[in-house]
Formats: sequence, C-alpha cells, structure tokens
Amino acid sequence: MLIIGERLNTSRKQAAEAAEKFAATFIKAEAEAQLQAGAHFLDVNAGTFAEREMEYLLWMAKTLRAEVDAPLCIDSSDPVVIREALRICGKGMMVNSISAEKDTYAAVLPLIKEHECKVVALCMGDGGIPTEFENKLEIGCELVETLLRDGIAADDIYIDPLIMAVSTAQDGGVVALRMIQEVRNRYPGVHAVCGLSNISFGLPERRLLNRIFLVAAMSAGLDAVILDPLDKQMMASLIAAKTVLGRDEYCSQYLAAFRAHKLEQ
Amino acid sequence: MADLRQLSEALQKGDMETVKKLTSDALNEGLSPARILSDGLIAGMDIVGEKFKKNEMYIPEVLIAARAMHAGLSILQPKLVETGAKPVGKIAIGTVKGDLHDIGKNLVGMMLRGAGFEVLDLGIDVSTEKFVEAAKQEGVQIVGMSALLSTTMPHLKMVIEALHQAGLTSKVKIMVGGAPITQRYADEIGADGYAPDAASGVDKARQLLGIA
Repeated sequence: MLIIGERLNTSRKQAAEAAEKFAATFIKAEAEAQLQAGAHFLDVNAGTFAEREMEYLLWMAKTLRAEVDAPLCIDSSDPVVIREALRICGKGMMVNSISAEKDTYAAVLPLIKEHECKVVALCMGDGGIPTEFENKLEIGCELVETLLRDGIAADDIYIDPLIMAVSTAQDGGVVALRMIQEVRNRYPGVHAVCGLSNISFGLPERRLLNRIFLVAAMSAGLDAVILDPLDKQMMASLIAAKTVLGRDEYCSQYLAAFRAHKLEQ
Repeated sequence: MADLRQLSEALQKGDMETVKKLTSDALNEGLSPARILSDGLIAGMDIVGEKFKKNEMYIPEVLIAARAMHAGLSILQPKLVETGAKPVGKIAIGTVKGDLHDIGKNLVGMMLRGAGFEVLDLGIDVSTEKFVEAAKQEGVQIVGMSALLSTTMPHLKMVIEALHQAGLTSKVKIMVGGAPITQRYADEIGADGYAPDAASGVDKARQLLGIA
C-alpha cells in the first residue's frame, strides 16, 4: 500500500502560514513526521495561493528536496507549475494529476515522460466529472489506454476514480469502489489511488466515514492512498485492513505495528 | 384549520407527503398563497438554513427538506401566478468558467428558492459572456458566482470587470462564494457580497436588496 502524505497542502492553515513565512523548519518537521508515520511520498500543494502558487510550491519543493530524503507528489492543476517543480525535483516524483481533458493531457504527458514520474490519472474529461458508473469507466479506461499507448508504464499509472460525496450522491462510494475493482481487473499493473475526504463531505464525524471507506476501497483493490499519516486511527485501520485482506505475510506488519504501539486507540 | 407552523415543521423534517397535504389544505381553507409561502415554506426553510449553518442539520437533510419544499411550491406556484404575488427578488447564479463544481451552487439555489427568490441557474462552467447576458435580463437584481478552485478564482474578477464595462453594476449586485474564497478576496475583486455558506448566502442576498 503506497501512502502519500497530504499534510503539506496550503489549504491547511498551518501549512499556508509556513509557506507565507518561508518557514523551512516547519516544512521539514512536517515532512519527517509523515515519513516516520509511514508515508512513501509527500504531496505538496500550494493551490490556494492562486497567483503565488508557483513561488510557494517551488519553495516547498526546493526545501524538501534539500532537507528530506523522500520523493514528492507535485499536486497542481497548472502544468506550468508542475513543469517548474519537476525541474527542481529531478526524476522519480509523482505528479498529481493528469486527466482526459485534452489540454491538460497534452501539457502534462511530456513532463511525466521527461522526468520519469508516476502519475495520478483523474477519471474526468472535457465534459466534466462523470457521475454515472458507465461514463466514468469509459473515461477511465480510455485514459489508461491512452497513457499506455503513449509509453507510460502500467506501474507508473495511478487511476483516481474521483469520489463523489455520499451526502449528495447516495451511490458515490459504490461507484468509486466498482471503478477501482474494474480498472484493477482490466489493467494488471495499473494502480488505484484516491483521496479519502471527499466521501464524507457535508456529514458529521467525517474521519469515521473516511476510515471505513478506506477499508472498503482497499478491499476493492485500492493500493495507494492520499491521507494524513499522523491520523493514528486511520493508519491503524489501514494496517489492520492489509492484514485481513491477505496483504501482510505472517501478519508481521500488524505485529510490528502492535509492538510499536501504533494500534492503540 | 390548517396550521402553517405544522407545515413548516413537516418541511424541516423533509416529510414531502405532509407538506403537500398541508399546502393543499391551507389553500382549500382560503389562506392566501403568499402567506402559505412565507409563513409555511419559507419559514421552514429559514430554520433549515439556520440549523445547517450551526451544524445541527447536514447536507442530506437539507436536500430532503428542499425536496419537500419543491413539492409544496409546485402546488402553490399556479395560485401565486394567479394572485400576482411577486418573488422577493431575482438572482442569477452559476459556477465560473473552467469550474465544474455544482454541489455548493445548487445548495445556494435551493436555499434562495426556499427563501422566496426567483433563481436563474446558469449551471457550471459558465462563461463571462453568459453571466453578462444574465445580468442584462429583466428583473435580475443579483449575480451570484461560485468558484471552487484556486485556478478558477480569477474568473470571478473577470466577470466583475465585464459587468462594469457593460455598465451593469448599477443594475445588479454581485455575490461570490466557494471554498477558497474569503471576505478579503471578495473585497479585493470588488464584489458587493460574500457568504461562507449557503444559508448565509440567503442572508447576504436579502441584505443586498434591503429586505429585512
């Protein structure tokens, strides 16, 4: 299970303040805490700053690459920002994201090829985010096939079904689960990733819903996730889910987590 | 005797059948459609909005209440037209160009309708020209824009500039909202109003039109 730590996102107040003050110590500490808690990639996003996104994201990327030994997940909807960030970071990063939108696809594809990146592929096209399972599957499959045809390795593709909130679309969760299952079955080697917080939008006790959805999604074949690794309950659920889903040989990770007091509620 | 408080309560619970029945009963007993609307349906939706703002009610509950309101409204509508009752205001809403988010915008629309506004929903991915066209329409007093992405926020400003250029800013007030939007940003781009959530959006619209 690939874990992408989500804390270095300026939609979080503390991260925004750190970016504005160029507080390298805070950024470094957040990165290290996430890695310590099990993150493999560190998502960096400065999208809330609009005009200054470039400046802040590049600064975060530069700081992290100098201070921390972990690959980054460059999270931006602006291909120019992605391009500049990848120039700083070098090879082996992840890009969040590409989609089936024509302009986005054309702009991002050469970047991930040049810098040998993994890529989060969003199931949406120029017609927006499909809500029906059939439409979503069609767009998702076409996107995967186009990426493969354009020379991206299956192992570098992380398909994101784009979860709709259950508060407004009752079957938002089910559609995403079916997507994960279907894509993973059809394209061996292609990964499935998602963020968890959308599912619970508009409802109380969101962390509970996020956690339950994670387990359901893992059972459907989710093998990468964007989350807050410092959320102890979430991480404990993730570890336990791996064990019950047969992804933990001799239950060794579960037992290691137990001994490290990571499973205590 | 039809009880408008009961109607309001049924609406808050999202009990569509009871809302329909009580609305018809009230009409049959000769209550004015305008009063059934304001003291029954709008009163109920106002409470839903208040509770939503305070996290005492949640989105699915707002949606089910809105469905009940529409059921009541569809019974009242023909009578309202007959009696010539006017909506409290007319507002055009939409999500800006390049932005496909509709949940928040739809909630705002529901709340406004629930408060007695006539709502012209322009949809998502709405071009600057389309907003300007809507602002020109007869009776439109407010243009409400939503942007949920940092990359689409600049469109708010572009539409406001276009409205200025078209000389429409004396005719319409401009409201903005969406997750990344703040009061500061709204002030910066010259919007007349900003609201952090759908229920506050109704308050702001009323305030802009000078409705108590």
